[in-house]
Amino acid sequence: MTYLSLILASLGRRKVRTIFTFLSILVAFFLFGYLAAIRSAFVGGVDVAGVDRMIMTDKVALINLLPESYRQKILATEGVADVAAATWFGGYYQEQRNFFAQFPVDSEAYLRIYPEMKLSDEERSQWLADRQGALLGRALADRFGWKKGDRIPITSGIWQNKEGTRTWDFNVSGIFDAEEGFDTSGMLFHYEYFDESRAFGDGLVGWYIIRIENAEELADVATRLDAQFANSPNETKTASEKEFLQGFANQIGDIGAIFTAIVAVVFFTLLLVVTNTMAQSVRERTGDLATMNILGFKRSSLVGLVLGESALLALVGGGLGLGIAWLAVTLGGDPTGGFLPSFFINPRDLIAGALIILGVGLLAGALPAWQTLGVKSVEALRRVV
Amino acid sequence: MTGTPMVSIEKVSKDYQRGAETVHVLQELDLEVQPGEFLALMGPSGSGKSTLLNMIGGIDRPSSGAVKVDGQRIDTLSEGKLAPWRARNVGFVFQLYHLLPVLSAAKNVELPLLLMNLSKSERRQRVAAALELVGLADRARHKPAELSGGQEQRVGVARAIVTDPKVLLCDEPTGDLDRTAGDEILDLLQALNQQQGKTILMVTHDPHAAGRAERILHLDKGKLVSAAVT
Repeated sequence: MTYLSLILASLGRRKVRTIFTFLSILVAFFLFGYLAAIRSAFVGGVDVAGVDRMIMTDKVALINLLPESYRQKILATEGVADVAAATWFGGYYQEQRNFFAQFPVDSEAYLRIYPEMKLSDEERSQWLADRQGALLGRALADRFGWKKGDRIPITSGIWQNKEGTRTWDFNVSGIFDAEEGFDTSGMLFHYEYFDESRAFGDGLVGWYIIRIENAEELADVATRLDAQFANSPNETKTASEKEFLQGFANQIGDIGAIFTAIVAVVFFTLLLVVTNTMAQSVRERTGDLATMNILGFKRSSLVGLVLGESALLALVGGGLGLGIAWLAVTLGGDPTGGFLPSFFINPRDLIAGALIILGVGLLAGALPAWQTLGVKSVEALRRVV
Repeated sequence: MTGTPMVSIEKVSKDYQRGAETVHVLQELDLEVQPGEFLALMGPSGSGKSTLLNMIGGIDRPSSGAVKVDGQRIDTLSEGKLAPWRARNVGFVFQLYHLLPVLSAAKNVELPLLLMNLSKSERRQRVAAALELVGLADRARHKPAELSGGQEQRVGVARAIVTDPKVLLCDEPTGDLDRTAGDEILDLLQALNQQQGKTILMVTHDPHAAGRAERILHLDKGKLVSAAVT
């Protein structure tokens, strides 16, 4: 017999109660893991945003377009290393529910600015050589089962082409992968094809992605850039990519705050449930603990046993809950079928989950353990009598 | 009486505060118990006999006076030192057995051995020997709920002797048993006293049980009122 077998035996004393407590811990940590993935999906881009990248948009509203002529002026600005324009295409495949993000971009510059995108040299060359070529993210290709060489019609909700239709044809030139957290649910195509084919809006782009030479000069370069276009019909607002993405995510709501609020309520309730269970369990075993103390077990050992019980319960229940959440997220993938492209549990959240497990285990056991310390063994046995 | 006493109680008093009233449970009590002696403590409820037993076992402290066991003064030891002292020196047998219901008979007996530096096989051997001694080798895997009262108390005795203590403290060991089962326990205690030289202090209300002891002391209102040798 060991101390662990003593703990297991105590947990087995009221099997049904232990199972229910175990399940509530499991469900709480499953919820934590799954919600963490949802939060990552909304703000995940913020975490992987390049520290040396900035986004320039119209000062008034993101939907206002900027002149193409800004490109050269931006590139000529002191501290700027590279620039690529991008525009919101707002299209879908066949039906509106098959919506996903498409951007006409400055192809070569865009690939230079986003080295996180992984694609073979062959695919890169093929894309650059094909005027109607499109580069798909892995998640997007998997979603519709598209492969290299497919010809796909995309209907834009905004842009009509010169043929008088909103449906544009593209050739799949390649499929790119990326490191975890980088969005692969979208499609890129050539700005030249877009600009030459669109029926209106010639020479206008949605925003500019700017890479700067020195990340520490980000604020200075942004000020310099915006100053250039001040008092023009298209004043600009330049911010770090992180700030831009955070602002974009906040349009939906402060996902981080919502996540924190839900998780706080869940864990507070869980703490009450587990503490109550442990307190009941210890109260029922007051006589047993007193007997052990009389037999020679130090009070510190008895406190250790009580804390060990709650810690073990939290560790197994919480670990399993997080594990199941990880499996559901990893194997099940995005539950919305494409709206949450960066759906994964950030390792940082797993570490936070592990710390919360430890916290719940120890805090839930603390009060009953303290009760154990306070009871005199002789009196406890008298009570049992 | 000759030699160094196994238990020595010197002018021990114990007072409790019950509201504004001070209750004198023991009053300047003196007692010596020799090694290998079997002593019965009798007296009405509230006479202080269990309190005295608890002090000798190091689970209660006197308000004044000194308690020595095997030459060591224990009333001045800290709680942290008393617990391991109890594990090494005293075996307890309780009226209601106080076995852990979730553990088998063997594991209940093994419990105090976890506090000693013994290997798994040594612990197993000691448990087997103790259960054999109380005649329950075939019930080792049974949980307390699967045993009769007499068998439970025998497991309690096995747990008390498994660490080979010099002193056994028995608080009404037959108080919850019928006569037959009670006699079996008393036979066992007598055998431990006579064959293994254990010093036994037994609190009892039952004159029949007390008759098995070599000496009977009567307590009343915290004082020794009479003594008899059987």
